[in-house]
Amino acid sequence: MTPDIARRRHWMSVLAQAPTDTLLQLSEPAIADAEFELIRAPEIGLVQVRARAGGTGAAFNLGDMTLTRCVVRSHFGTTGHGQVAGRSKPHALRAAQLDALLQTPQFDAHLHQRVIEPLERQRQRARHTEQRDVETTRVDFFTLVRGED
Amino acid sequence: MYVAVKGGERAIAAAHTLLAKRRRGAPETPEIGVAQIDQQLALAVDRVMTEGSVYDRELAALAIKQAAGDLVEAIFLLRAYRTTLPRFTSSEPIDTTHMHIERRISATYKDLPGGQVLGPTFDYTHRLLDFSLLAEGEPAAPAPPSETVDTAPAASQPPPTPRVLELLEREGLMIGEHDRGDEPTDITQDPPTYPCDRSARLQALVRGDEGFLLALGYSTQRGYGRNHPFAGEIRIGEVEVEIVPEELGFPITIGTLQVTECETVNGFTRHDDGEVRFTRGYGLGLGQCERKAMAMALVDRALQAEDHGETAVSPAQQEEFVLSHCDNVEAAGFVSHLKLPHYVDFQSELELLRRIRAAADSAGEEDPA
Repeated sequence: MTPDIARRRHWMSVLAQAPTDTLLQLSEPAIADAEFELIRAPEIGLVQVRARAGGTGAAFNLGDMTLTRCVVRSHFGTTGHGQVAGRSKPHALRAAQLDALLQTPQFDAHLHQRVIEPLERQRQRARHTEQRDVETTRVDFFTLVRGED
Repeated sequence: MYVAVKGGERAIAAAHTLLAKRRRGAPETPEIGVAQIDQQLALAVDRVMTEGSVYDRELAALAIKQAAGDLVEAIFLLRAYRTTLPRFTSSEPIDTTHMHIERRISATYKDLPGGQVLGPTFDYTHRLLDFSLLAEGEPAAPAPPSETVDTAPAASQPPPTPRVLELLEREGLMIGEHDRGDEPTDITQDPPTYPCDRSARLQALVRGDEGFLLALGYSTQRGYGRNHPFAGEIRIGEVEVEIVPEELGFPITIGTLQVTECETVNGFTRHDDGEVRFTRGYGLGLGQCERKAMAMALVDRALQAEDHGETAVSPAQQEEFVLSHCDNVEAAGFVSHLKLPHYVDFQSELELLRRIRAAADSAGEEDPA
């Protein structure tokens, strides 16, 4: 996988997992000057989520998950994809718009600084808090000697 | 057999109005919101998502509200909604080894790599009604994190948590799970035929009614298809979901999914190579659904009877019996259809019974004992 694709996968992952309100707020000013053409309007559907027997064995179908997807083209000519779990069309649209702009040298650094990095930090903080709560329930069981010969 | 009837439109409309009124309850109590159901009745939402087969907390919470808390009805609503959406694609198989762990326990090893965390569990509660909840006050503040706890900043991809059954596999003491790369069966497209493969079976069990699977799992413990289970490992946490969109050609993360996984270590058998090894069962569900995942693992193992040279004599071991009756939407549908007008059918039964009785009476008159 090329470094470009690895970077793109990273920002797409951050955009998909961001809370919708925060994503829209953070990105609103950053994309105000950009123009987009809608290639595929946001649409809601399902993804069949697969899992593996025994966690590592043969694949099976676990169940569906809602997904909203959207494709746009920026005025730079880059194509952006938004594929986001859930049913938020504004979220998928914004993810697609940002994906298109992040592929341009004009917006890349700016958007990373203003949108991607803050979202990532917020996510890490939330994870950290969760982990800390969970960590308080870590347990060391010990067995008792039963006094038998 | 039932027949179509006409009429009753007004009564039906009025019944729906009355249902809405009863669902709302006394107007002086505040109306419950979908977000409250999602957040505060989270385990009900998890069950509806698992058996309704759609991971979408808001939809499941809405279904629970609409069904006035009848979870089987809510599952039906979610399944019905599911059919209105196009299916875009299938995901890459989720990786439960790389899970953001919220709970992880083992009943087979006291000390295991990665340790045990209890997480939010009803275990060790005394099952005494907590009247402080009746006061509608704020919940007690969670225990402050102890000073010694110091976790590294969370990485987006959590480190792997070693799997208990893999430890046994590595020692050659546990049968392995192998991926031959086969495309899994999808029972929502192709109804299962029997005997069916493991992928169809696991998919059916995930969607299966928790009560039914729990009873079957319990029956194996009581001797109807005994398979000597240990809870090898139970884990709950979030995993990332990835798809590979055709137009991109590389995997992307679309979001996360909370799952509950249970792996049982079951009684050992002698295998084809002459070695004796433990056998295993697998349970997995959406959200936090530990009882369901455990029941599923017990039944998954019971259904492997023939693979391990056991005679399938008990209900839990009979694939067609288990899989064709575990779906509560199908089961509720067929039981509920008894409420449809069977007037003609019943009239013919009634007629028949009367004729038999009349024949018996006249025979009695002819032959006085």
